[in-house]
Amino acid sequence: MSLENIAPSSPVIHIRGLKKSFGNNAVLRNFDMDLNPGENVVVLGKSGSGKSVLIKCIIGLMQPDEGDLLVFGDNVPTLSHDDLDKMRVKVGFLFQSNALYDSMTVRENLEFPLRRHWIRTGKENVNDLVMEALTNVGLADTVDMMPGELSGGMRKRIALARTLILKPKIILYDEPTTGLDPITAKEISNLMLDIQKKYNTSSIIISHDMNCVRITANRIVMLIDGYCYANGTYDELKRSDDKRIRQFFD
Amino acid sequence: MKSGFLYNLLTETADIYRFALRFFKEGFRPRYEFGELIRQCYYIGNKTLGLVGITGFIMGLVITIQSHPSMEAFGAESWLPSVVSVSLVREIVPVITALICAGKIGSGIGAELGSMKVTEQIDAMEVSGTNPFKYLVVTRVFATMLMIPLLVILSDTIGLYGAYLGVNMKQVVSFHLFTNQVFEKLTYADVMPSIIKSFFFGFAIGIIGCFKGYNTTNGTQGVGRAANSAVVAATFVVFLIDLMAAQIADILHIT
Ligand SMILES: Nc1ncnc2c1ncn2[C@@H]1O[C@H](COP(=O)(O)OP(=O)(O)O)[C@@H](O)[C@H]1O
Ligand SMILES: [Mg+2]
Repeated sequence: MSLENIAPSSPVIHIRGLKKSFGNNAVLRNFDMDLNPGENVVVLGKSGSGKSVLIKCIIGLMQPDEGDLLVFGDNVPTLSHDDLDKMRVKVGFLFQSNALYDSMTVRENLEFPLRRHWIRTGKENVNDLVMEALTNVGLADTVDMMPGELSGGMRKRIALARTLILKPKIILYDEPTTGLDPITAKEISNLMLDIQKKYNTSSIIISHDMNCVRITANRIVMLIDGYCYANGTYDELKRSDDKRIRQFFD
Repeated sequence: MKSGFLYNLLTETADIYRFALRFFKEGFRPRYEFGELIRQCYYIGNKTLGLVGITGFIMGLVITIQSHPSMEAFGAESWLPSVVSVSLVREIVPVITALICAGKIGSGIGAELGSMKVTEQIDAMEVSGTNPFKYLVVTRVFATMLMIPLLVILSDTIGLYGAYLGVNMKQVVSFHLFTNQVFEKLTYADVMPSIIKSFFFGFAIGIIGCFKGYNTTNGTQGVGRAANSAVVAATFVVFLIDLMAAQIADILHIT
């Protein structure tokens, strides 16, 4: 099913009762959440609480043990490999470590996701797509550089450009500002808002950087002890007097 | 502790076996990554050509010089070229070339795939619709399987030139006479097993390097460990294959 034939109000990602453990380590215990069209949802949780595991399950890099995980109405854990690839064209993933291919130039990095779609795009359009994505992250002049020559903030932007090149409808951000200085972190947060408007995307943003959360979040889901502990806007949760919620805001 | 070691060895062997099965399953099914295969072949050749050539030359020269006194003692100096060339082609050159490649290529593959693994580049390929096993592993294993036999043939040739030089240090022998003496004894039955053997050397080096790199854990520290253990395991397996090849050749009377 594609986005077009879903009613506008129904969620693009729908998760119920998600469970995932590694041996005795139960990471996700009964996790529920929805992502509505056009929305930026921040998943907030301590380090090691299973945030990365959650979005890796969504993109199909990990197989959950139990639960429903619907992306555009398709249950991800049951998809065949080909259908999974089709789903992944619509869902971009920004890795915490950027995962830029360090043996390739910026251009080759951006072209890599297009390999699968050469035929559809046509080779002559590839350059336009690369330049469009780079321009949208403000780094058009780095196209022939190697990732190793770029600063941390620039690498994050290139990684975002590589995600944007397939024009995804959903973007999953894994700690997009971790390891960046506060000023660069703020620039990246604002860039994420720009992208939301320009590309009309919905996003799940994993973070514990409260500045980033304040800027980007339309709604916050708190992942504590493997389930959705709280759910609300930044201001709602900030006013809460629950100790476990407060500790993120103080 | 002893049983722990044995346990680890056996589970590791089983894991490599499964990894190799996956290689055969995915390697012969489209889509094929020809461009990347050519790039890897070029890279392997480019990286080892000089070293393999020089080593081959030195081996040919040294073995000839060292065999000369004993051949002379038996009055069998005219046999020197054929004896030396048979031992070079059958054993010394393939094994030395494989060991050099285990060191240079095995560790290179282990480190490269290992760092791609820990920096999530392999996951990134997966989510952008390219099968990383096909793109990274299948191409590298085919590349080592193709290139190591070629390097062995090259090194054989250079090694024979080294032997020619070695023979000429004690007496003057024309190149024509030298080649005649060499090919009196050196036949396809010597060359073919050695090429087939190097094919397996290449497979072992590629698959072990890829296995170690592809299964790297524990961050940067793990990358070093992957590179290191790839060399150790590949070296060991090269000798193991050599031992088996000698037995099989013996049973089949290819002597
Ligand atoms: N591949 C894996 N194998 C075993 N345990 C894992 C694996 N991936 C993650 N874990 C465990 O899952 C827990 C959550 O990890 P993660 O989702 O990366 O945390 P974070 O919320 O910081 O992103 C951690 O305890 C981690 O040890
Ligand atoms: Mg994480």
